[in-house]
Amino acid sequence: MSSDTLAIAATNAGPHAVLQAEARWRWSEIAFWLATLLPFVLTPDYLVLASQVAIAALFVLSLDLILGFSGIVSLGHAAYFGFGAYTAGVVSVHGWGEPLSGLAIAGAASGILGYITSFIIARFRHLALIMITLGLGLLLQEAANAASWLTGGFDGLQGIHTWKLFGRIEFDLYGYAAYSYALAVLFIVFLAARRIIHSPFGLALRGIRENGARMPAIGASTDAHIRTIYTIAAVIAGLAGALLAQTTETVSLEALGFQRSADVLVMLILGGTGRLYGGLIGAAVYMVARDQFSGLNPQFWYFWIGLLLIGVVMFLPAGILGGLASLAERVAALLPRKARRASAP
Amino acid sequence: MLSVLGMLFDGVAYGMLLFLMSVGLSVTLGMMNFVNLAHCSFAMLGGYVAVTLMNDAGWPFFATLPVAFVAAAAASVLLERVFFRRFYRAGELAQCLLTIGIVFVSIAAAAYIYGTDQQPVHLPSYLQGSLHVAGLGFAVYRLVLIGIALAITILLVVTVEATRFGAQVRAAVNNQRMARGLGIDVDTLFAITFALGSGLAGLGGALAIAMLGLDPSFALTYLIYVLIVVSVGGLGSITGSFAAAMLLGVADMAGKYYIPAFGSILIYVVMLAMIMWRPTGLFGRR
Repeated sequence: MSSDTLAIAATNAGPHAVLQAEARWRWSEIAFWLATLLPFVLTPDYLVLASQVAIAALFVLSLDLILGFSGIVSLGHAAYFGFGAYTAGVVSVHGWGEPLSGLAIAGAASGILGYITSFIIARFRHLALIMITLGLGLLLQEAANAASWLTGGFDGLQGIHTWKLFGRIEFDLYGYAAYSYALAVLFIVFLAARRIIHSPFGLALRGIRENGARMPAIGASTDAHIRTIYTIAAVIAGLAGALLAQTTETVSLEALGFQRSADVLVMLILGGTGRLYGGLIGAAVYMVARDQFSGLNPQFWYFWIGLLLIGVVMFLPAGILGGLASLAERVAALLPRKARRASAP
Repeated sequence: MLSVLGMLFDGVAYGMLLFLMSVGLSVTLGMMNFVNLAHCSFAMLGGYVAVTLMNDAGWPFFATLPVAFVAAAAASVLLERVFFRRFYRAGELAQCLLTIGIVFVSIAAAAYIYGTDQQPVHLPSYLQGSLHVAGLGFAVYRLVLIGIALAITILLVVTVEATRFGAQVRAAVNNQRMARGLGIDVDTLFAITFALGSGLAGLGGALAIAMLGLDPSFALTYLIYVLIVVSVGGLGSITGSFAAAMLLGVADMAGKYYIPAFGSILIYVVMLAMIMWRPTGLFGRR
């Protein structure tokens, strides 16, 4: 977590120069995004899974913005995911199955919900915040269950039909269209999130995460910043939910459940918080692992997830990417010392 | 009118269970600020211990209660030594994740050993049936339940208010650093309180099975209620937890009796309103 602060302290350049240096595209990033195209060539039988991974990654990215970069712990983030999914589903059931506009409507609806709730979120911290996010999530799930005339209640929303993308590309059984669509949305949103993080606003968010009491002292409006990022995160979560509804053509109450909120938290923690790519890698590892173990009873899958959580918190607090980064730092610290020793007489 | 009294009676019995299951979490949270989401796993453990002893070993119901208490307390000591101890100074996110991990493992372990079905509970005949007073039927089991819970509450309040140990606990809840400065061994005190609190949860779980049923999702379902009690009652406040548990028990029963479709929505709305109105709880001092 302190690596950002250290980076800024280590350079004497101004904050703008630091942000610009951060925002530069690295080769590893370009390689990562090229690798996301590999499933089309290498594993064309698994494109449906790949689209699920992309949707999960989008959802994790949303949580990373508030948890990883702004320090807002949420145990109910599925509320916005499910709200977006139900909005997209309900729009489609009522006769408008055009995917792109449905996506936009769902994102906007989740954003409005996020904006309204952000006024509550910004006022609380610690246990009260955990309880409020948990309570909002459960409340929304119960409300969706009770409003079965709109949502289908316990049976799930039936009769969603997604039209052809751009009026041309049909959503096929093999997931070509679904993966292309989800990946394109993920990439565009990722670019936006990356831009946000490397802006002065993103720097202010990291300041709030590191010390929320000190930020107002330097003139930053923490409440307003938190409201803004929370709304943005809600929009992204809503987009992810809408993608799920449109590509699978079903929505169930599970989209709003605590389990989903916990899952996305696990993916983010597994990959590493506050690193943008951490959540994406965590989502891929988690979803692929779940697919591999899908023969297992879900009860036992959660046994391993529980062990994984305990293990990650105990031994790998910065996640996979964080662990790799500190390993790389250690190796880098060793190398020059060796060189120095070699050059010494 | 009669149905209102019946509802109140059920609500109070339910509230007593919630109190037993949550008072330990309230005190340990108040003392160490450790967010232990696995608290209800100890209650579940107590429940399964009681069911196993009754159904497989043929123990009488009342004999299983102390064993449930000891089993939950022992399990909590083990977990505290191995895991929790390292996270007292970590952020609440790490604490949440660790304890959610433990909840998942405990649910899976229970499902593996006992299956996912509700456990059958055979109460002895003297606890079945009901007592009729002035045209009202009171289930004997619930009367006994309320009696036990009241006895424990009185014992707790006396311990906390009138003994040296209780004074140390109050000091540590009020200001942990100051208590350390006065030479109180807060870590040991916390370990003891934690074990006692988890034991009470185990006892509550054992008492709960005949009223609420027992399956592996118990640890997650009632966790929500326990958290509501703790956050509405105020951290570290026994009387606050008691009042909040009664309130929640009666309100939840009322919701289930009169507006079954919206009962659980009502509970969450009330909880959110309470937290927003008094973030430190009804009786919280901080």
